[in-house]
Amino acid sequence: MNYLLTKNNTTVDLNAIPVISYDDFSTDVSLLVQDENRHCVTYYGWKHLEVLKFICAIADDATAAIYLFSYELNVHEKHHLASLTHHIFAFHIFEREIHENFGIYFTDHPWLKPVRYAYDRADQNNTIANYPFFKITGNEIHEVGVGPIHAGVIEPGHFRFMCNGENVLHLEIQLGFQHKGTENLFLTKSKMSQRHLLAESIAGDTVVGHAYTFARNMEQLYGIKENLKLELIRSIALELERIAVHVGNLSALCTDVAYQLGSAVFGALRTPIINYFQWWCGNRFSRTLIRTGYNPYPLTPALCDRLVGVLDDFEKKYIEMSEEMFHLPSVLARLERSGIITQEQMHLVGAVGVPARATGIKRDIRTSHPFAYYKHVKYEPVTQIAGDTLSHAVIRDHEIKKSITLIRTFLSLLDTMPISEPQQKINYQTLALKPNQFSIALTESWRGEICHTAVTNAAGELEHYKIKDPSMHNWLALALAVRNNEISDFPICNKTFDLSYCGHDL
Amino acid sequence: MGIIDILIHQGKQYIPDLSKPVLPEIYRGLPHLSTKACGEGCNACVDICPTDAIVHTQGISLDLGKCVFCGECQSECPEQKIKFTNDYKIATNDRKRLVIAEGMTEGVKLDPDKVRAEIKQFFGGSLKLRQVSAGGDNADENELNACSNVNFDMGRYGIDWVASPRHADGMVISGPITEHMAEPVQICYDAIPFPKIIILAGTNAISGGIFEGTKSLNRSFLDKYPIDLYVPGYPPHPLTFINGVLAMIRK
Ligand code: SF4
Repeated sequence: MNYLLTKNNTTVDLNAIPVISYDDFSTDVSLLVQDENRHCVTYYGWKHLEVLKFICAIADDATAAIYLFSYELNVHEKHHLASLTHHIFAFHIFEREIHENFGIYFTDHPWLKPVRYAYDRADQNNTIANYPFFKITGNEIHEVGVGPIHAGVIEPGHFRFMCNGENVLHLEIQLGFQHKGTENLFLTKSKMSQRHLLAESIAGDTVVGHAYTFARNMEQLYGIKENLKLELIRSIALELERIAVHVGNLSALCTDVAYQLGSAVFGALRTPIINYFQWWCGNRFSRTLIRTGYNPYPLTPALCDRLVGVLDDFEKKYIEMSEEMFHLPSVLARLERSGIITQEQMHLVGAVGVPARATGIKRDIRTSHPFAYYKHVKYEPVTQIAGDTLSHAVIRDHEIKKSITLIRTFLSLLDTMPISEPQQKINYQTLALKPNQFSIALTESWRGEICHTAVTNAAGELEHYKIKDPSMHNWLALALAVRNNEISDFPICNKTFDLSYCGHDL
Repeated sequence: MGIIDILIHQGKQYIPDLSKPVLPEIYRGLPHLSTKACGEGCNACVDICPTDAIVHTQGISLDLGKCVFCGECQSECPEQKIKFTNDYKIATNDRKRLVIAEGMTEGVKLDPDKVRAEIKQFFGGSLKLRQVSAGGDNADENELNACSNVNFDMGRYGIDWVASPRHADGMVISGPITEHMAEPVQICYDAIPFPKIIILAGTNAISGGIFEGTKSLNRSFLDKYPIDLYVPGYPPHPLTFINGVLAMIRK
């Protein structure tokens, strides 16, 4: 096998990644991912010099290694390739994206449908209005279409349920309504103030997750050395974001099972956490908190004290509410055995984050490919085995408690750490990105595994920037989870997965 | 006992007077631009601004409809001409009022003469709104949702989110309006009975923000109808939204 071995948060010489034939690529990758510890974290193509260049990264959760594969195709020819999806289903979304962007045809792909109708897609005749939905026919079969605009205050997407009575046979999810051309803007907007803003706008509910991943790539490419204290502070921010969204999610879940007390109390408990971000950096969604190479908002002793107080108060109120909720038969009856998905299915679709862990898959980048300060603490991923909506909720509950513990540990380390982090604003114009590099950063955000990769050209400019939100893997898992459920259980399934529309549509 | 304890510990969650809370100093709301002279040839704020929100001709002006409140200009300016304050009452019905000039000390307000008569006539005591995310990044939507949570509770003023445009008095758009949402936005608007209002929530809705001018947007809808309220912010703070809406509907 011909690949380059690397690990998380590294940059390698682009030319050091061996370029192999598509056939070899296909064979090698298929073999490699036979091992369930290995999964594809990103696979994409872009126009590089005179060729279409492809990169595929396979992460090994047991060894923390990342295997990099590459192949190239002629830009001017039409290509028909045997699909990898045929052997490893998890590649389906990546091949669909490559097909949509470049018109490459994967011959035995089961459903080579558009992903997001990017404005620069290869076939402009494909429009969001003529999406090729699955059809099921039969006297008893009917369809329910929902969206793009939904009943609540949420992002747009179209769900089409194929039902037999109240029973969902299949759900097809059509996305793309949120497409804003984000990836390309990373190249055309060249100021770092713009790129930071873009990273913070990939998914406004995961600002720390995406901004941190972006900043790591830039630090790697600028050759800025990792600072332990800076990473410690960023780890605190990541855990705070996790608490805020997880507790907000539990509130939404309670709303959907008509449990008013949980809805109100968990909702109210999210407020002090996001308001803490407002005290820290002036923005409830932590925008501007993460910047490449330095910390714009030092965690002063006063801020640390405030955080201790916020967490103590939160913990007391959170625990009494969650005890109540997780012992309430009427809530449990709705969550138990709803939206069941099996571990085998999750391996098939390459699921990540809480939904994967809800079926017992121990996939958590904090442990498997540690970054930030997680390299220096022992973190055991939280898993459940039932794969129903209750399992998701239980994981969120445990993760909230573990995040509180982690933050307390981080705060105590902050006091004793003899070094300080850079706080001086950086003039990025005085720095240069290393030329001809491939840089990769993986982060376990509250939603799961984020992967950003960046490529620089010979002149040291960004040539390509690729974003993979965890939602890319997980949308199909949601569709599988609602099969054979009553359609009225869809809202709680949707809420437990809590996937990103804009992170997917980019 | 559990439930009673929870209720006691939660206490009163709502903010009694939504025009009163004082946000932390570090919060970036209304900026003040001093009249101090700029340094010779200095263009630092314009150069750093990610969204071209600052124009520098005679003096500088800053457009809150384009600003993402990143504060980069404030820390960049060698003369400390730009200072963001924690004043969150920055919504207005007049697009021009979002452009902050040097030396302006009064805050951003609505132009009472421009509030359409039917708004006060019909919506003063009850305003039902249909929110449409058209490329919103889910921070916008989260903040709009927060407007009706137990803390901000805009329902006490009769302002509520509704699911059907048929039940709505107006539409609140978030996001820069993507090409793929242009048609759904139009369909939703058409389904709302007259009289109806349009509110743009957040910088991306008002100007397109960092996405302005890109091929994946289609903002032609906005050229067709009057906009009744602009709510700046990245995302818009619930206090900015609710105070703005109240200023619009109250007699
Ligand atoms: S705070 Fe607003 S005006 Fe200042 S640099 Fe940021 S976006 Fe531009």
